[in-house]
Amino acid sequence: MDSLGLLADGLASAATPQNLLYAVLGVLLGTLVGVLPGIGPAMTLALLFPITYAVPVDSALIMFAGIYYGGMYGGSTTSILLNTPGESSSVVTAIEGNKMAKAGRASQALATAAIGSFVAGTIGTLLLVLLAPTVSEWVVELGAPSYVAILLLALLAVSAALGASKLRGFISLFLGLTIGLVGTSTGQARLTFDQPLLADGIDVVIVAVAIFAIGEALWVAAHLRRAPLEITPVGQPWMSRSDWGRSWKPWLRGTAYGFPFGAMPAGGAEVPTFLSYLTEKRLSKHPEEFGKGAIEGVAGPEAANNASAAGTLVPLLAIGIPTTATAAIILDAMRSYGIQPGPQLFDNNGALVWTLLASLFIANTLLLVLNLPLAPVWAKLLRIPRPYLYAGILFFAALGSYSISFEPFDLLLLIVLGLLGLAMRRFGLPVLPLIVGVILGPDLEGKLTEALALSGGDVSTLWSEPVAVVCYVVLAGILAVLAVNAVRRRRSATSTDQEVAA
Amino acid sequence: MMFSRHRTRGLLALVVALVVSLVAAGCGVTRGEDSPDNRRLRMMIPNSPGGGYDLTGRAAAKVMEDQDITGRFEITNVIGASGTVAMQRLLNERGADDLLMLMGLGVVGATYTNDSRARVSDATPIASVVEEQEGLLVPADSPFETVDDLVEAWKDDPRSIRVGGGSSPGGPDHLFPMQLAQAIGIDPTDVNYISYDGGGPLTSALLGSKIDVGTSGLGEFAGQIEDGSLRVLAVSGAERLDTVDAPTLTESGVDLVFTNWRGILAPPDISEAERDDLIELVTRMHATDEWKDALRRNGWSDNFATGDEFGRFLREQDERVASTLKELGLA
Repeated sequence: MDSLGLLADGLASAATPQNLLYAVLGVLLGTLVGVLPGIGPAMTLALLFPITYAVPVDSALIMFAGIYYGGMYGGSTTSILLNTPGESSSVVTAIEGNKMAKAGRASQALATAAIGSFVAGTIGTLLLVLLAPTVSEWVVELGAPSYVAILLLALLAVSAALGASKLRGFISLFLGLTIGLVGTSTGQARLTFDQPLLADGIDVVIVAVAIFAIGEALWVAAHLRRAPLEITPVGQPWMSRSDWGRSWKPWLRGTAYGFPFGAMPAGGAEVPTFLSYLTEKRLSKHPEEFGKGAIEGVAGPEAANNASAAGTLVPLLAIGIPTTATAAIILDAMRSYGIQPGPQLFDNNGALVWTLLASLFIANTLLLVLNLPLAPVWAKLLRIPRPYLYAGILFFAALGSYSISFEPFDLLLLIVLGLLGLAMRRFGLPVLPLIVGVILGPDLEGKLTEALALSGGDVSTLWSEPVAVVCYVVLAGILAVLAVNAVRRRRSATSTDQEVAA
Repeated sequence: MMFSRHRTRGLLALVVALVVSLVAAGCGVTRGEDSPDNRRLRMMIPNSPGGGYDLTGRAAAKVMEDQDITGRFEITNVIGASGTVAMQRLLNERGADDLLMLMGLGVVGATYTNDSRARVSDATPIASVVEEQEGLLVPADSPFETVDDLVEAWKDDPRSIRVGGGSSPGGPDHLFPMQLAQAIGIDPTDVNYISYDGGGPLTSALLGSKIDVGTSGLGEFAGQIEDGSLRVLAVSGAERLDTVDAPTLTESGVDLVFTNWRGILAPPDISEAERDDLIELVTRMHATDEWKDALRRNGWSDNFATGDEFGRFLREQDERVASTLKELGLA
């Protein structure tokens, strides 16, 4: 079967004026909800679900795809400009992105995010086109042991890159792991203080918004009188040649991380953004810029989260398994039209699938066309005087956190965690390890519990899958390299000591 | 308009909360005559948008609005502790005659697993509205061909059978295998239950043969059942399903009827007249074609029962769930 030929047919049928209109609508709506913290594409789709009763199937799916991709992209805008991640998958973007914005490079950060998302989305969709019809059931072979190994690897990678002070890094990581313990996910109530509103744990978005945005706002407020009023320089509106040169490799590497994680049933979009960030930090020719606004640190993670969105559609279309909440609702929508994703989908509803895939390309292109010219416009937002800007950020952060579950209690959490964020800034604790702990801790625990429950408590199950074995080998390799380096450093340190003594 | 008013309103309220609140503050709320189709009611949904309770609650509210049975519904999702937070809130609204809450079996279980003092039997029962059967799912290449095969192997070595479900302890997919175990003489504490985060992960686990048997509502598995990658050993209801070619448990010689039901409650201490009034609303909703259409589209079965009849059912379910969970040490 000539996939690309079928795709061309799909493009032709997706490009009707009506469908294009729905694609634009979806992309705009998606960007909007991506921008607002707390309201994700999943919730938007759930609320828009009833339109499936009134709109033809191809239009509805095209719009849903637009919302999905738009949401993945939109989260980056507030991360960069306001240090307020809209989704958990754009938390990493805030780290370098916001630093870039403060250095007057907001336009470049937004542009590399937009183009990176486009590149990753396009490559991801292309991979989806090529792989989805033929992908066998290999994804379901990945069991809990493989995930345990992958998550351990991710945790180690993060710990190895904790930054200058290992002690501060670990403090931050363990704070995050502790916050991740809250809830009753294991059947026992942990750190819930008999508070039913804590039974489901603390939403990652609330933690991220509190630590980043509220912590930052409080920090600025605490120094407002003392620090001289810095005007954020506006800088160049477009990416320079060197920005392009530093961005294209991270885009591709981010895509390579994002797509497979999206395609894995429990992969998600967060882990690949962490891995991409750490890889870029290691490979960068300008490692000194990391933490101060390195463009690679925006380009890679943004590509990773969009590629993972494309990856998610592989198991959805090929075997009918939704791997994210958003995918689950798209699946519901397809079912309500009587379309059943799965091995026969490409045979039974071929034309529709190719229209959907084609519309993903259209959605991607629209996102780029809409967002690239807007980047310099958005960047001007930062020229708002700081008291007003931070008031706006606080409002935005509070609105977003409240809209996750409409609980005033969440606002209380936001303030408490915001104070933690302020304290972390005061004592120089890095924030990334904390967020990583909040996200990976519960995942790792859940998968470990699952693996051991499935094996009846037999620990050897943990290395019973090939993917797991590969991960442990890599893990051992990294540990060995670290150990050798440490020993060498100590030796050279002692030898210099001896020289000095002599 | 493509979508019904309350949904658009919900989304807009999120997106332009500031504008809406300013406008609302400006114009205030005008209450019309006290005629039923001008009446404003509130509906509380105990989980997030897109979940089972949400779909059922919003479908019911939409039918009542569209058919002019009531005026507008204000729908709120009260998320927390698998519905316990919402249940507590309902009980706190003692005497409020304008509030309905959609709930179901999972909320009953959650009140116990979360150590809540809220009891569903303390609320005013209005009606049960829909039910879904659970199914026993196995991968295509499973050695189990019938319920008998499974029961035999399970009794032989209870711990060796890995049962997976899409809900956490106390939820329907967890209660079903536990009550099944009780029915065939296995100690529920010996059941090796693995909880998955919803239907998607459960499907992966089944297709990858990570678990021996899955317990879940069958709606999410229609595709896999149709293409033969998953088989259904039995369904849990009193009668067979039209859509699935599988016997009931009772036909297969197991004395258990189990359904995942959903119903509507009102706060405690409302007057009998107020209660009858709410029952009347739901009864009229149930009689419409639009509701029948919603049942068909969502694959729900009708289990309509109102007032005292639903109240008795609710008490019976409450006791049964409590005894199962107590035996497991979860309540």
